[in-house]
Amino acid sequence: MTIALETQNLEKQFGGLRVTRDLSLKVEQGARHALIGPNGAGKTTVINQLTGVLKPNSGRILLEGQDITDLPVHKRVLRGLSRTFQINQLYPDLTPLETIGLAVSERLGHGGDWWRRMGTRSDVNGETADLLSRFHLLDVMNEETVTLPYGKQRLLEIAVAIAAKPRVLLLDEPAAGVPESERHDILAVVGSLPRDVTVLLIEHDMDLVFSFADRISVLVSGALLTEGRPEEVARDPQVKAVYLGEEAVDV
Amino acid sequence: MSAASDVGYHAQRQARWHYGEIAFWLIVLACGFAFPSRYLIMTDILRLALFAMSLDLILGYAGIVSLGHAAFFGVGAYAAGLLALHGIVKEPVLALIVAGLAAMVLGFATSFLVIRGVDLTRLMVTLGIALLLEALAERFSNITGGTDGLQGIEMQPIFGEIPFDMFGKAGFFYSLAVLFLLFLLARRVVNSPFGLSLRAIKNNPLRAAAIGIPVNRRLVAIYTLAAFYAGIAGALFTQTTAIASLDVFAFERSADLMLVLVIGGTGYLYGGLVGAVIFRLLQELFSTITPQYWQFWIGLVLVVIVLVGRQRLHRWVLYVPNLIIRRIAGRKAIVAVPESDS
Repeated sequence: MTIALETQNLEKQFGGLRVTRDLSLKVEQGARHALIGPNGAGKTTVINQLTGVLKPNSGRILLEGQDITDLPVHKRVLRGLSRTFQINQLYPDLTPLETIGLAVSERLGHGGDWWRRMGTRSDVNGETADLLSRFHLLDVMNEETVTLPYGKQRLLEIAVAIAAKPRVLLLDEPAAGVPESERHDILAVVGSLPRDVTVLLIEHDMDLVFSFADRISVLVSGALLTEGRPEEVARDPQVKAVYLGEEAVDV
Repeated sequence: MSAASDVGYHAQRQARWHYGEIAFWLIVLACGFAFPSRYLIMTDILRLALFAMSLDLILGYAGIVSLGHAAFFGVGAYAAGLLALHGIVKEPVLALIVAGLAAMVLGFATSFLVIRGVDLTRLMVTLGIALLLEALAERFSNITGGTDGLQGIEMQPIFGEIPFDMFGKAGFFYSLAVLFLLFLLARRVVNSPFGLSLRAIKNNPLRAAAIGIPVNRRLVAIYTLAAFYAGIAGALFTQTTAIASLDVFAFERSADLMLVLVIGGTGYLYGGLVGAVIFRLLQELFSTITPQYWQFWIGLVLVVIVLVGRQRLHRWVLYVPNLIIRRIAGRKAIVAVPESDS
């Protein structure tokens, strides 16, 4: 089995605080891998190191076997590593059409074109239209993002990440803050991601984790506590004690 | 497939010419024929408009603030002056381009300092660069003429055909042609994927990097282009007035530019043009009424703009024209709308 994304002895400190401790994680090609852990376990810090927003103090990050530890954010994206943010990171003044159109243009290498008008490339237009309709955004494509309902913004957040055609996708709490009524759309979209995309999911919502993941890693205080298939993790007494508390988990 | 063409149609929405824009440029051209005794101030407005458009490119699109944009204006002005004075490049259009390129080189070199910081750092760095250049120009007075400025610049005819006349007619139409051509170029650039990526960076640099945009490289590119525009504006100043003195680098020049964009608005290219017209007219008006206190009145206008809000002011100003448009062309006619609604 090939490894899509791997960390080797990753270590990150903020001052005297060790937020990532000797973390060695392997995500298999095509996996639906979930990274769970209680609040403050350092999950988002791990994501930020994987994507290049933060530099680790030591350790290495490998994407499909190649060392990407020192690459800047945008170069990792072009190599096929894309993410969504726990708190939406969108362009308030831009429309979904512009947001997706730009992301597609950048991936196809047309982002630096300064002479051609936006919207005159049929390959970009076709893919943009496809993404907008897949993510139920066609009807609001000309509205400014800031005016969209939260659920739509959440869909846009995921659509932007997908527009980069990632081979490895990092989803940071995709359903966070989404009202119950709009939740279904998000779950359907996440569930229908193509199987050749490797997904690393960071999530609090146990229903989502256990319905989606085929492998789970549990992070506690920045270190890996345990790892395994969902039913193994659910049965693990350590996990129950640290993370799930007294709650019983249905698998 | 229809969805794709639909997407293409809407993506080009902003790039299409509106009636209002065509009307705007026709009115500007008409002014050249309607007020033959006012060429000097109208040329001055055109230069300021071009200069303001340059700042709008970095401020309105890429979100880079600057209090030292006069640095590039000054380099362009002195370059054009020296080229003409020493007869290095005699033909004005060619000299204009060379002067613009000189400012562009400075823009490229200093862009790396500017893109690093946050807003406050950028204000200080840009201000510092302009002050530094002013001091250098004063120090090397054997080249720049020091506080006296460059004296005895004689401009050759444009393309060797059209001489600069003493009424400033040639200067006006020359400046207008330059402004219009550079406007067309800027319009192309801001409606391209590159231009859109600048707006994305301004909105959210974190997300911009996360979709693969090389943020720093794009900022360097637009800053360099803006420096070229400012350099051209400066060169036009020297060519149409036949003087270049230390005040081309002055802080007031950079600060006035900010006021122009506060009046006109940013991020739709016309802000600098409209702002330049209003700013100069107000300046003229107030200095006629109260020669000593015109700056007070300009200040008051700025306070009103900030309190009332530019959008609301635009709506009031456009109320009458829209009423007329509707009367003549019917209820469904395309009316001029404030910047944020268009």
